Amino acid sequence: MSIRARFQLSYPGFSLDVDLDLPGSGVTALFGQSGCGKTTLLRCMAGLERGAGRLDVNGEAWQDDSRFVPTHQRPLGYVFQDARLFAHLDVARNLDYGRRRTASADSLRRDPIVDLLGLGPLLDRMPARLSGGEQQRVAIARALLTSPRLLLMDEPLASLDHARKQEFLPWLERLRDELDIPLIYVSHAPDEVARLADHIVVMEAGRAVAQGPLAETLARIDLPIKLGEDAGAVFAASVAERDAEWHLARVEFDGGELWVRDSGVPVGREVRVRVLARDVSIANSRHDDVSIMNLLPATVVAHAAEDHPSQVLVQLRVGSTLLLGRLTRRSAQRLDLAPGREVWVQIKAVALIG
Amino acid sequence: MKRIAFVLGLLWSAATLADDVQVAVAANFTAPAKQIAEGFEKETGHKARLSFGATGKFYAQVKNGAPFEVLLSADDSTPARLEAEGAALAGTRFTYATGRLVLWSSKPGYVDDKGGVLKMGGFKHIAIANPKLAPYGAAAVEALTSLKLLDVIQPRFVQGENIAQTHQFIATGNAELGFVALSQVMKDGKVGAGSAWVVPATLHQPIKQDAVILDKGKGKPAAQAWMEYLKGDKAKAMIRSFGYEI
Amino acid sequence: MLTPADLGAIWLTLKLAGVTTLLLLLIGTPIAWWLARTRSWWKGPVGAVVALPIVLPPTVLGFYLLLLMGPNGPVGRFTEWAGIGLLPFSFGGLVVASVFYSMPFVVQPIQNAFEAIGDGPLEAAATLRASPLDAFFSVAVPLARPGFLTATILGFAHTVGEFGVVLMIGGNIPDKTRVVSVLIYDHVEALEYAQAHVLAGGMVVFAFLVLLALYLLNPTGRKRR
Repeated sequence: MSIRARFQLSYPGFSLDVDLDLPGSGVTALFGQSGCGKTTLLRCMAGLERGAGRLDVNGEAWQDDSRFVPTHQRPLGYVFQDARLFAHLDVARNLDYGRRRTASADSLRRDPIVDLLGLGPLLDRMPARLSGGEQQRVAIARALLTSPRLLLMDEPLASLDHARKQEFLPWLERLRDELDIPLIYVSHAPDEVARLADHIVVMEAGRAVAQGPLAETLARIDLPIKLGEDAGAVFAASVAERDAEWHLARVEFDGGELWVRDSGVPVGREVRVRVLARDVSIANSRHDDVSIMNLLPATVVAHAAEDHPSQVLVQLRVGSTLLLGRLTRRSAQRLDLAPGREVWVQIKAVALIG
Repeated sequence: MKRIAFVLGLLWSAATLADDVQVAVAANFTAPAKQIAEGFEKETGHKARLSFGATGKFYAQVKNGAPFEVLLSADDSTPARLEAEGAALAGTRFTYATGRLVLWSSKPGYVDDKGGVLKMGGFKHIAIANPKLAPYGAAAVEALTSLKLLDVIQPRFVQGENIAQTHQFIATGNAELGFVALSQVMKDGKVGAGSAWVVPATLHQPIKQDAVILDKGKGKPAAQAWMEYLKGDKAKAMIRSFGYEI
Repeated sequence: MLTPADLGAIWLTLKLAGVTTLLLLLIGTPIAWWLARTRSWWKGPVGAVVALPIVLPPTVLGFYLLLLMGPNGPVGRFTEWAGIGLLPFSFGGLVVASVFYSMPFVVQPIQNAFEAIGDGPLEAAATLRASPLDAFFSVAVPLARPGFLTATILGFAHTVGEFGVVLMIGGNIPDKTRVVSVLIYDHVEALEYAQAHVLAGGMVVFAFLVLLALYLLNPTGRKRR
């Protein structure tokens, strides 16, 4: 099961040239700066843009040298940045628009999706009377109701303010966890990607410059694009213990354990942990006389220069998990952080993301 | 601003100092009027400014203050009416031309020289000028009445608003034939193209076209001179060459 | 107050405007759609041809239609060959002329409405399994409703107000080609001012009501754009 996408397309001042082999399930993020071609790639996959190349989705050819399946014949769902609800139809009719047009045999019942995205109270509203987040939820439900075999989302959060984004993200996570549809998700926001994606394709100037499983790829120090403040590792963990007295939770991951703020996640639940490079510091020996709770033994794997000449990014291995730490070049030299060296990492902050 | 006003003032005085006459000319008299104006200007040194159009429209315009000084009407009733209403100078009215009606087709041989085609029928459309508005249209209806053909032919009428438009209907072949002014189809003293039957003058009231000096032409030597020239032999010869009688 | 001739002319005018508007919606909508969507080089020339009647004096249009539809013109030859006969002096001829004459007043509002919709909703419809034709009827047309409303009103009203073209190719035949505007002209020319006033006044009131309806039904600028 996989999605194979090869496209070439050029406009004045821009060209897209990618050859991707993406997993046929889970969430794949197309990540990059504005103008890197990620939306164009998504549109090519939807058939909204006609580039040369081929596209196979889990064994079905949607485009190759001799065929181009038009958009309306591709079993996909597409969520646009700006929702694009039909202004002349209320929410219920917007939802039914695609559902009524899919072959009746596998057309979904509306209610479960309406419930999943909490749209019950909105059904008879006109789109003009919905908030941005509500519009996006309707747009997602509308796409899901066509029983898509591939879901494409083009920065569905981009038009939302921070509060709406926080309100909306859990809906997306629910979707990811409850529906078994491969999702390709275009984003330029590292926190969104860290939270949602399983797989990542990093794009720059119309090319895919890096791709792979999320944890592995984010922990790379040789990524061609610099994430700056957003550089950091993301890995899976599970909640092992909740300390009622200190309102802390202990999570275990492959390589050790971390104490994090207890956000009410029950024991046993799988979580995703994000550790930003700027929150990691390194010591040659264990120091218990600091405020930092999370101290882990680690091995230096590699380091790389950062954009600013004073900074260096260090890749560390804790058990089988990779972490990133950022420190000054001077400190790195003073600590003699050559590859293979055993050190202690001090982690100032850990975020549980979903 | 001042300079522009000065220039405009100059132009204005130049225009009024020159002896010119504003003549409203019935559309059917367009071609002869142009020729007459040439002769008139050469002989008198005055300038004739000609406007062409429907007599009824000229009437309405004159009554509403149009600057015409002389009217060459397509009929004799409009000048009489203007005179009675005090819009034209009494005693200046005279018949400058009598029009001849012609049954004409743009197809050669279509109209025979006795007008027999009217009895034979075989045409879909026959064009006439609106009899309510145009003297030539009224004359055509009279002629058909005299020939006792009006009832048969009337359903096939297509009406031009004036004889110019009527001529156009026939010239483009959209109407197979129709009644127009002889002056419209005369060229060098004979019917130029197609086929025609000059309707005998006995079949209708004479189409008298009268000229009159209008209120605005009062005391203007150029208007007077125009009328004199129009009555003269040179003008008459020109008028006849266009198919009018005088 | 209104003579049978007046009533005949009014009925004929309404019939002409109605038939013309209906035909224009059928013909004009695809043209407007094409003009709104195409990136072809032909967009400019075609748009200009459609807009010609706005600029040209109606007499020019009428004159050329008279020539084209006459027995020596290509259209006239075709209609005669097709057994329809010649179009001038017939109701059908007036309809054909009016379709040309009022075309921009129908095409442009619809085109503007289609352009205002943009690609967005149509792409969305495509991703929701709507074929292009389906999307046209289920999305583009309903969204362009204000444009269609404007087009209908303007097309109808402009045909009612048509004069020069009808004058050139109509032949002033009662109940066939003598429409209100021509009749008003005749009344004025014949100095029947009282009768002219009844019809002319009626036209003024009609035009006002039409434009009023347009503004009330379609408050552009407040809601859209």
